[in-house]
Amino acid sequence: MSTITPTPAAPKAQPDKRFKILDITMKRNHYRQDALIEVLHKAQESFGFLELDVLEYVARSLKLPLGRVYGVATFYHLFSLKPSGKHSCIVCTGTACYVKGSGKLVEAISEKLGIQVGETTPDGQVSLSTARCIGACGIAPAVVFDGEVKGKLDADTVLARLAVLAETE
Amino acid sequence: MDLVELKALAAAEQAKFKPVRVNCCTSTGCQAAQSLEITKNLAKAVKDRGLGDRVEVVGVGCMGFCGRGPLVQISTDDQLFEAVTPDQAAGIIASLDGGSTDAEVGDVNHPFFSRQFHIVRKNSGKINPDRIEDYIASGGYQALYKALFELSPDEVVTEITQSGLRGRGGGGFPTGVKWATVAKMPEGQKYVICNGDEGDPGAFMDRSVLESDPHLVLEGMAIAAYAVGADHGYIYVRAEYPLAIDRLNKAIKQAKKYGILGSQIFDSPFDFKIDIRIGAGAFVCGEETALIHSIEGKRGNPRTRPPYPAQDGLMHCPTLINNVETYANIATIIEKGADWYSQIGTEGSKGTKIFALTGKIRNNGLIEVPMGITLREIVEEMGGGVPDGTIKAVQTGGPSGGCIPAHLLDTPVDYDSLTKVGSMMGSGGMVVMDQTTSMVEVAQFYMDFCREESCGKCIPCRAGTVQLHSMLTRLLAREATAADLETMAALCAMVKEMSLCGLGMTAPNPVLSTLNYFRSEYEELLQPMPARLQNSAVTAS
Repeated sequence: MSTITPTPAAPKAQPDKRFKILDITMKRNHYRQDALIEVLHKAQESFGFLELDVLEYVARSLKLPLGRVYGVATFYHLFSLKPSGKHSCIVCTGTACYVKGSGKLVEAISEKLGIQVGETTPDGQVSLSTARCIGACGIAPAVVFDGEVKGKLDADTVLARLAVLAETE
Repeated sequence: MDLVELKALAAAEQAKFKPVRVNCCTSTGCQAAQSLEITKNLAKAVKDRGLGDRVEVVGVGCMGFCGRGPLVQISTDDQLFEAVTPDQAAGIIASLDGGSTDAEVGDVNHPFFSRQFHIVRKNSGKINPDRIEDYIASGGYQALYKALFELSPDEVVTEITQSGLRGRGGGGFPTGVKWATVAKMPEGQKYVICNGDEGDPGAFMDRSVLESDPHLVLEGMAIAAYAVGADHGYIYVRAEYPLAIDRLNKAIKQAKKYGILGSQIFDSPFDFKIDIRIGAGAFVCGEETALIHSIEGKRGNPRTRPPYPAQDGLMHCPTLINNVETYANIATIIEKGADWYSQIGTEGSKGTKIFALTGKIRNNGLIEVPMGITLREIVEEMGGGVPDGTIKAVQTGGPSGGCIPAHLLDTPVDYDSLTKVGSMMGSGGMVVMDQTTSMVEVAQFYMDFCREESCGKCIPCRAGTVQLHSMLTRLLAREATAADLETMAALCAMVKEMSLCGLGMTAPNPVLSTLNYFRSEYEELLQPMPARLQNSAVTAS
């Protein structure tokens, strides 16, 4: 890799710092093939989503068929092959949240943002998704805004919080 | 380190404890309500008032009463403050010094607390989960020492078998039998796995245990490894539980530092290391063969059993898989003995079980109760019933369980009684539903879950859940007929009988149980059947 001279203008020039992070993760796992899921977690963390060239890079480095890597990346819900928004809004739809009205929260958010679950607003600010259960059932219904759990919400508080989120850089 | 040193360390740590400990819950639920800020404010108030020599503020694990969090408890008189806000912190500290506080005081003698019996949660809410020294001070790792130096591996297995402990992940398989099977396999590489892929929506016991007392689980795993002859363990945790992962990582690092994990534990010939594997969001990975595939870095597809993981598991080596809560019972069984443990609970179900009591209920949170307590005692006495309304049903066992109607609330909570009424123990989710909840919608909710989470490997589950879901949707749109109801029941039986793994085998349970107990709700949604079809439907069924 080091022999390739990066073109400054190219956005995806190969000696990308993020690929280095991947290299370190794989090295730490001794390039073991069973560390694939760990490596993909790291890849998603640094790239935001799993682009095809990232999957190819991982497959080559771990000496795995691309099909196997792609198969794993598409099997698990947490891996995304599409870019996501700057901010994330994850509504928990576990049973306790469901009984306490998480469905209404999803409806309200999706109406306000004009997007469905699994989509991102056209300006790339907020992605809306749902979670199976985040285990915060005691404070149902719960929503995770950018990794921060908030509980006992109703449509108004969620929308207010969302407005703040949409404006932060 | 030997036992003398371990005990000396425990005593020294205990001596360091200040006379008054102000415990503030720092688990996920309370953190979401600013408990970290409260902890900071409490510590600052202690400093400001100059109470530092006799009062300390401790960030502890889950105290259980999550619905009324954040919780702050004073160690000396067990006084409990509920729904604390950051600006009440100064007042709470002032109350220790003759002042007064406007923070809400909870009733610790309420059945919610007094009916509990703590084995797994013995340290939860009392110790700082980030410090191994706190765990050691409460007697931690002495059971591991006892197992390594006073008992042979066979004796450990016998002890667990005699205790009557059954798997807490939901299946209820006798733990001792599982251990004995792995132990009997020829010597060589063996693995121990802790299943922390708590996927049932509405259940958060394992998260709480891992966040509140990670060392208890590590100790249980180490004892298990010694008993079955393994030297390598994995803990598989859901990625949705970042705090639990963080605390486990810290716990493993600290245990290694003290020589309690790693090679030559307590200077004995026993080696054991533990690695964490993080899930990536797949419910089916709670199934043991799927979980093993996931640890191997593959798609989480289950496979047919036998061979069971005990014979052919991770990397085709004999593997012991138990749930988080099961491992959390082990240290106490070794410490207090099988006879003590087997006195708790019922004939067929020994010990205690943690339930996550949630939904339409006044007191929601985590409770650890002896097996055999009735649902009514849990829901009405401990849970305080439904706020403004009446109980319609209690759902146990998540998507694999069923809805138990109000008239069966006197059912004792143990593995066999719950199965008899068409539900199951499951991992411990207990969601209370009131009159406003439509049972058909609940069935649809669970079927939607199973449809999405089916891995697609076997056809009965892959196609059956889709069909059942569309039937329920049609029913809710008032487009279904009585004949559809019959087809649905038949399809349920088929999916149950023919699916490959537990997910498919139990997926129809929510439909079957609601169809059984709340049939009238289904019938109200039916379309009147055209007269010309009525005869044929009767003959078809």
